[in-house]
Amino acid sequence: MYRQLRQPGSSNREWAMNTPVNSGGNSGMRGLRGGKQRYSILSLARNALSHHENWQRAWRAPELKPAYDVVIVGAGGHGLATAYYLASRHGIRNIAVIDKGWLGGGNTGRNTTIIRSNYLWDESAAIYEHSMKLWEGLSQELNFNTMFSQRGVLTLAHSEHELREMTRRVEAIRLNGIDSDVLNPAQIKQTVPIIDTDPRLRYPVMGGFIQRRGGTARHDAVAWGYARAADDMGVDIIQNCAVTGFLIQDGVVKGVETEKGTVRAGKVACVVAGHAGVVADMAGFRLPITSRPLQALVSEPIKPILDVVIMSNAVHMYVSQSDKGEIVLGAGADAYNGYTQRGSLTVPEGMLAAAVELFPVFSRLQMLRSWGGIVDTCPDASPVISKTPVSNLYFNCGWGTGGFKATPGSGHVFADLIARDAPNKIAAPFTLDRFSGGYLIDEHGAAGVAH
Amino acid sequence: MLLIDCPWCGPRDDEEFHYGGEAHILRPRDAAALSDEAFADYLFMQQNPKGPHLERWSHNHGCRRWFNMLRNTATNEILEIYPMGEKPKTEAGQAAYAANWRRETAAEKNALSGEGS
Repeated sequence: MYRQLRQPGSSNREWAMNTPVNSGGNSGMRGLRGGKQRYSILSLARNALSHHENWQRAWRAPELKPAYDVVIVGAGGHGLATAYYLASRHGIRNIAVIDKGWLGGGNTGRNTTIIRSNYLWDESAAIYEHSMKLWEGLSQELNFNTMFSQRGVLTLAHSEHELREMTRRVEAIRLNGIDSDVLNPAQIKQTVPIIDTDPRLRYPVMGGFIQRRGGTARHDAVAWGYARAADDMGVDIIQNCAVTGFLIQDGVVKGVETEKGTVRAGKVACVVAGHAGVVADMAGFRLPITSRPLQALVSEPIKPILDVVIMSNAVHMYVSQSDKGEIVLGAGADAYNGYTQRGSLTVPEGMLAAAVELFPVFSRLQMLRSWGGIVDTCPDASPVISKTPVSNLYFNCGWGTGGFKATPGSGHVFADLIARDAPNKIAAPFTLDRFSGGYLIDEHGAAGVAH
Repeated sequence: MLLIDCPWCGPRDDEEFHYGGEAHILRPRDAAALSDEAFADYLFMQQNPKGPHLERWSHNHGCRRWFNMLRNTATNEILEIYPMGEKPKTEAGQAAYAANWRRETAAEKNALSGEGS
């Protein structure tokens, strides 16, 4: 029954410690195995001689074929990663990744790029740590600089209770073999000189915990890197082609209807984030998911001032500085359902008030852009990586406000599920039937806020 | 950001309101008679349409009264506001009510069993 009765960290330690990063495939050199030009200092120099006019295209713009082994709906980070791991680990290369818009144009390009694996429950720790380990070799594997920067993610506590709860969580996280340290206000001030640790603040900084292996990556580069490597192995990426329905015969999916015609497929995998509910409706089953806009905003570029990611659940603010110098701030999700890709102004207003209280130096920053992505959230704030009531149709959704960090791990285990038609140990807890079985993975305590 | 016409207080900013999620979810009368899957339909599964959505709101920082609303989630257009305990009256509202898969679930049939309607 409910795992809440169990202590976190009490079992399955080996999950996170020995995550099978290379399972299901041959080891050694991955990534570009087709005919693609490799990116290197030498190729940069060589192309400089021809004024950078002869770079190969990073991926093709192929025509949609009438049939594939696997059709993936959604060319975001998770969908492209799924295609890449299907091709590189499972040898399935006759794949189409179909997207309504352009690749990486949804939530992959609309987040705050934070990466961490310091989750409370064993099941979450296993999948996010699996992802972290893939991040650590991703740029080399894809031969594409994802600008993965392990600058550390520091989460603040603003009350005695929060600090006590945080200390307990740190111990649970360490039991899962994931780095995590409690910091006191003086250590926080030393790490982040611009933070105001005055105890008279309305929400004073009482302490915090840091995952030093956490950090950020360049979100677009992640989509581009996976797209280029998948394309190199023969995966067709079909952009600007909406999927309008499914071909289902006797409870088995046979293909998809698209704007460019019917495509037959042995297996269909949907990774459509905010629109998961809409797509599930087309296939005729239900999801426990609500879709809401989540906002973020970015300032004008300034000189380097902040070299860690700061999060605060209590005042609901998270901030980092991009390599371009912009201050990237994340706000919360709207309280009500919506597909508008823009949220209420009150949400960033509240977040900016919190940010300025913690970082008085931000008070004169000018914001350049704000945006909203549609996040698909489950009642237990954990994802769905699952078979569905329709045979050969798979869904990967419900990542809510924290899907970016999971991109490699999510794609890796989802590819495994599609190839073997059975979830592996990491994916197994995240099946759809947990909602009838009652085995929820309630991450609201650790990750109930946007992150 | 929405301007919501509270039936008692008039048009007010959405900050004053609390969103209560999907409307017209009936609690099963005899939950023990339902399978786990049928109970999960009632408890966890969500209407999540891109378009007209029937939902509950409460004017939390005002009169504190609840009401139902029909809102298009793709455009944020508010199409109808009607009292708790009633069904929508507009064509779009009735269509959204009828199209909801919940109408066919064992949980809803269980909830309505023994009622005259």
